[in-house]
Amino acid sequence: MANITRDEIVHIAKLAMLNLTEQEIDNYTKDMQEILAYAEMINKIDTSATDETIGATEQKNKFRKDEVMEFKTREDLLQNAPSQDEGMFQIPKVIN
Amino acid sequence: MSKEDYEIVIGLEVHCELSTKTKIFCSCSTEFGGEPNTHCCPICMAMPGTLPVLNEKVVEYAVKAGLATNCKIAQNSKNDRKNYFYPDLPKAYQISQYDMPLCYDGYVNIETEKGEKTIRLERIHIEEDAGKLNHDDYGRGTFVDLNRAGVPLIECVSKPDLRSKEEVDAYLRKLKSIFEYIGISDCKMQEGSLRADVNVSVRKKGATEFGTRTEMKNMNSFRSISRAIEYEANRQIEVLENGGEITQETLRWDDISGKTFSMRDKEDAQDYRYFPDPDLVAIRLSDEYIENIKNSLPELPESRKKRYLEEYKLIPKAANFVTSSKYYSDIFEEAIAICKNPKTASNLLMSEVARILNEREEEPDQIPFSGKELGELVELIDKGTISSSISKKVLEELFENPKSPSQIIEEKGWVQISDEGAIKEVVKKILEANSQSVADYKAGKDRALGFLVGQAMKETKGKANPQMLNKMFIEEMKK
Repeated sequence: MANITRDEIVHIAKLAMLNLTEQEIDNYTKDMQEILAYAEMINKIDTSATDETIGATEQKNKFRKDEVMEFKTREDLLQNAPSQDEGMFQIPKVIN
Repeated sequence: MSKEDYEIVIGLEVHCELSTKTKIFCSCSTEFGGEPNTHCCPICMAMPGTLPVLNEKVVEYAVKAGLATNCKIAQNSKNDRKNYFYPDLPKAYQISQYDMPLCYDGYVNIETEKGEKTIRLERIHIEEDAGKLNHDDYGRGTFVDLNRAGVPLIECVSKPDLRSKEEVDAYLRKLKSIFEYIGISDCKMQEGSLRADVNVSVRKKGATEFGTRTEMKNMNSFRSISRAIEYEANRQIEVLENGGEITQETLRWDDISGKTFSMRDKEDAQDYRYFPDPDLVAIRLSDEYIENIKNSLPELPESRKKRYLEEYKLIPKAANFVTSSKYYSDIFEEAIAICKNPKTASNLLMSEVARILNEREEEPDQIPFSGKELGELVELIDKGTISSSISKKVLEELFENPKSPSQIIEEKGWVQISDEGAIKEVVKKILEANSQSVADYKAGKDRALGFLVGQAMKETKGKANPQMLNKMFIEEMKK
């Protein structure tokens, strides 16, 4: 039986830094239970005769050559930063 | 109960930066240093809509690392997302590997006091490095530089097989030396390209269950790792002895105070919600691919050691030492090609070069001269141009100001005095000033001769030929 508790939804929301209303927590709990019930249904399918699937497609080994390509303009990369200094993103102090 | 009743159990997660030209998922340069955010692009900065593409060299290097550490290579592998929020991680997830690492079930052998010991490797996987946070002292905040973000790493996870800080040191040096030999990383601890997370627990001797462990992250010097293990094991034993319990937590080692501090609240216990990265496709390696890499591996330290024992007749201690680092080994091979004297070349490395490095708190990769200089130095000793005590001074000079040893001794006036007349003069002078020693020698105290030779060396600032001094003192005192 697929089951997820309200507490687990609150925990996951906290890890994802989401602020949910009480109503949203109720809704997500119900939605998540339905999703898990569906996953459980799929889990029952016998796949013993199937090769191991990795990812959603049959694609494999899409590699890149190890050759440097410079992205020239730092200004472009930083242009949307709300705050910057000396070529770096400036953010509120992070206590280590 | 006392400290001796406990056993320390240590497992290591070693992160090693691969020396590819480009990052793991984009074509930015991995070069160390550089102005902030100049080795960056929309991909490693996590701009919306960008897609990662895996660097083929990263797979090759990781497979090399696996083969050189006796791992099995996974023919089916993939990348997963490890989710957490921290400002040095622009995507809010790190692309790593979770349940299907590229390499698994390996081992390396280390030398311990009790002989050879096998340390098992659980896995080696590939992942990306994070950026760097710079904190300023004026309270203006934190500054993010993403040059390191996306630099490829392998993480080598050992089984909890290590039992002392000495074993940890030997294991780390072994891994470092293997990775240097196969050329997948420069392993510069001082630049952070080799660093370790250290898991420590203690248990009563004879216990079968492991104790609760703590983890110290991102340690990047042999010395701090040793000190941290010693401190943390003692701390845990003390807690247990006082009836307390160990909390499983991440600790920060502070090198200045020499203590560990709790880093994260238990509330924030790691919950990374790993899942397969849908932006990347499966890694499926053929037998042929793996076989080709196996055949491309260079000679590993074990094999070089065997060669040094058999071909060059080094003693085991010297062979172990010289092959402990690719840098020593390369210098040694280059030197003996010139001087044809493996014994003296290895002795100088083992005693003098190692001592100087230790004094400078440096590692073999920081030796500023090559085997050419060492070979020439050995030749100068063999020819009698300089004494072995002068050779020590030449080595010290080579560290300060690397250039040809013959040029150094000429500039410094260190050429050995082998002129009979000049030596005789010194011998006579010393004999006159030390009549008591002469009497002692004649009374059968051989040690007096050593003293006289020492005085003569002092007089000539180490430049006199010691064999000639010996001979001449004996001759003069027989008269």
